[in-house]
Amino acid sequence: MIIKYFSWIREGVGTAEESLAKPGSVTTVSDLLDHLSGVSEQHSVALKERVFIKVAVNHVHVRHDTVIGDGDEIAIFPPVTGG
Amino acid sequence: MASISVQSNDFDISEEIAALKKDNNDVGAIVTFTGTVRDIGGTLRTMTLEHYPGMTEKELARIASVAEERWPLLGCRVIHRYGTLKPGENIVLVITLSAHREAAFKAAEFLMDFLKSNAPFWKKEQTNEDNRWVASKQSDASALDRWKK
Repeated sequence: MIIKYFSWIREGVGTAEESLAKPGSVTTVSDLLDHLSGVSEQHSVALKERVFIKVAVNHVHVRHDTVIGDGDEIAIFPPVTGG
Repeated sequence: MASISVQSNDFDISEEIAALKKDNNDVGAIVTFTGTVRDIGGTLRTMTLEHYPGMTEKELARIASVAEERWPLLGCRVIHRYGTLKPGENIVLVITLSAHREAAFKAAEFLMDFLKSNAPFWKKEQTNEDNRWVASKQSDASALDRWKK
């Protein structure tokens, strides 16, 4: 799967994009956030406040209990502030 | 079908209205909303808008299609800029056309409310003191409640 980060989460994690083979422990978005939090200290800090973490799967906003697959593009970002 | 653009360059409102209306004399109402970069107390130097290429266009089109299902629109245009903008510059344009004013007014407001809460854009302000990401407002999320049927 491809993971994309935006805004202060991108800055916190230290990369805009990374690819990952879906670990066996990951079924939902929430599982993925748990997994990514263990990747590095930066990931852990940037992904800590789950209430501020929004996620899109294949360009569609989803909830954290959404089931994800290995071919998905997962975007992780804070609440949007356009307009 | 609404016309959607996500672009770094500026837009001309008069040109956009003319292109949307053409010679359609069924149109009796044209509503436009323009969002601009607001300076707070003379401290803002620039504002940078980041977005999610690929999703942004789709999300704006999705929001516009919901508006078009809900109100009898005769035209709909959404332009949102990204990149680094100066105070006073245009950020976003929404134009709605309809036979009577109610549909155009309501649809424009609906589009802006959902754009604010769902379109994947993030603003970062560069001020005299520091650079900071703009925080989302609870009032923007609450604004969606009034559109529940």
